[in-house]
Amino acid sequence: MLSPDTTQNGGTDQRTVRFRGGGFAPKSILWIGPVLFAVILVVWEVGTRLGLISTLTLPHPTDVLGTFADLWRTGLLWEHLLPSISRFLVGSAMGCTAGIAIGILIGLFSHVRAGLVPVVAAIFPIPKIALLPLFIIWFGIGEGSKYALIALGTFTPMVVATYGAVDNVDRTLIRMGQSFSLSWASIVWKIVLPGAMPGIFSGLRVSLAIGIILLVAAEMLGARHGVGAYILEAGSLYDLERLFAGVIILSVLGVTVSFLLGQVERRVLKWRA
Amino acid sequence: MDLLLQNISHHYGALEVMRDINLEIPAGRIVSIIGPSGCGKSTLLRFIGGLERPTSGQIVQVGEPPAGSLNPLTYVFQDFALLPWRTVEGNISLVLEDHGLNGAKSENIIADVLARTKLSDFRKALPKQLSGGMKQRVAIARALAVNPAVMLMDEPLSALDSQTRELLMDDLIALWARERFTAVYVTHNLQEAVRLGHVIVVLSRRPGTIREIVEIDRPLDERQMGDADLEKVQKQLWTLMREEAAAADQELIHA
Repeated sequence: MLSPDTTQNGGTDQRTVRFRGGGFAPKSILWIGPVLFAVILVVWEVGTRLGLISTLTLPHPTDVLGTFADLWRTGLLWEHLLPSISRFLVGSAMGCTAGIAIGILIGLFSHVRAGLVPVVAAIFPIPKIALLPLFIIWFGIGEGSKYALIALGTFTPMVVATYGAVDNVDRTLIRMGQSFSLSWASIVWKIVLPGAMPGIFSGLRVSLAIGIILLVAAEMLGARHGVGAYILEAGSLYDLERLFAGVIILSVLGVTVSFLLGQVERRVLKWRA
Repeated sequence: MDLLLQNISHHYGALEVMRDINLEIPAGRIVSIIGPSGCGKSTLLRFIGGLERPTSGQIVQVGEPPAGSLNPLTYVFQDFALLPWRTVEGNISLVLEDHGLNGAKSENIIADVLARTKLSDFRKALPKQLSGGMKQRVAIARALAVNPAVMLMDEPLSALDSQTRELLMDDLIALWARERFTAVYVTHNLQEAVRLGHVIVVLSRRPGTIREIVEIDRPLDERQMGDADLEKVQKQLWTLMREEAAAADQELIHA
C-alpha cells in the first residue's frame, strides 16, 4: 500500500483505513431495562384487554396489582412474607456460615480436603427437595425441617466457592507474609481471608438464589404461611392474579437480596480495581 | 551481620539445578547475582532467606543482626507483593503488627520509612491507585520498616519501565549512601547489576555454578548512567554470559 510509486504522485488511490476495532466492551445503559420492562407490561395489559391473550392464560397486570394492594391492605402480605423472610435468613445464614467455615478448612488443610471434597461432591448433585420428607422426620414438620433444607442447599455451593477462592489467593502474597515472619494466624486472617473475599461473594450470590428456590419448595410441601404456600394455594384454586402476585413477591425478594449483597460487596471489595 | 553460603546444591527430582555454590555476603555491601534465565538465581535467593531449602549445603549467619532488627532477612519482590486491600500505611503496618508494634511506635516507624522513600503524601492510597514505581517504593518502605540486616531483592525493577527503573536505581543508591545496607540483588539486567553491585556474581546456566565474581571498586554514588568504565564491565560480563544465555534460550525451546 505504501509503495513509493503510489505515494509520490499524491492523489491516486487514497483510502482512509477502515475502522475495525470496538465492541466487546459492555457499557452500562441504565434506561433500557426499565423501558423494556414497561413495554412488556403495556403489551401484556393491552393484549389481555383486547382479548388477544386469553385471561385464562394470563391475568390483567392491573388485576395483579389490585390483588397486591389487597394483600397489603389486609395485612396478609406480612403474614406470608415475614415467615418466609425469617426462614430464608435463618436457613441461609446457617448454610452459608457453615459452608464458608468448611470451605476455608478445606482450603487450608490437605487432610480436610482429602476427606471432605469427595463428601461434598457426593452431596452437591442431590436435589435437596428430595430430602425434605427425610428432614420432616428428623426435624419435625415445623420450622426445623425448612431451616435444614435451605441450610443444606446453600451449604454445598458455598463450600465449593470458598475453597476455590482460598486456592486462588495469590501465593506470592502468602510467601511475602512468610518472608516477614508473620504468624500462621496472621497469614490466614490478614492475607488468605481478605484475598478469598471476591470468590466468597460470588459464591454467596449463587447460594442465596438457591436459598430462595428451596424456601419456596419447602413452603409448598408443608407450610400454612409463607410465599410458597400462598402461591401453591392460589395455583390449586386457579387464582392467576394471586399466583402472579406471589411470583412477583419472590422476584422482588430475589432482586432485593442481590441488591443488598451488591452494596455489602461494594463496601468490602472497595480495593478492587 | 555477614552471610555465608556453603556448598549449596539443589535438585528437583533427577534434575540438577544448582551445584556447589560457595559465596560470602559481607555486611554493608550489595552483591548482585546475574545469570541466564533458569539458572536458579531466584531460587538461590529463596534459599538465603529461608523460604526454600536446598538439597544440600547451608546458609550461615556470621555475627548478630543489629539490635532492633525485626526481620533480619527481608525480601523485596519483583511483583511488589502488596496487599491490594490495604492502603500504603496498612501494608507497612502489616509487617509491624506481628511484632507487637502498634499505636505511636508503629506510627513513628511508618512516618519515617514513608519519608525516606518520598511517599509521605500517599499514606492513604490503595495499591491500585499507584504506578508500578510507586508500588515498588512502598515495598521498599515496608522492607525498611522492619530494619533488615540484609535486603534480598528479587529482580525488584524488572516489572518497571526503563525510565522508572532509572529513577528507582538513583533512589536505591541514595538510600544505600545513607544507610549502608547489605543486599543481595538478583537481576537479569546487566546494567542494574553494574550500577548497584559492589560485587557481581555470574552464575552459569543449569546446573547453576559460580562462573565468575567481579568486583567494582568505584563507589556507588559516583557511578553514572553511560559511565565508560561501567560499560566496559558490562561488556565483559556479557561476553561471559552470551553463550550461556543463548544455550539457556535453546534449552527452554526444547524443554
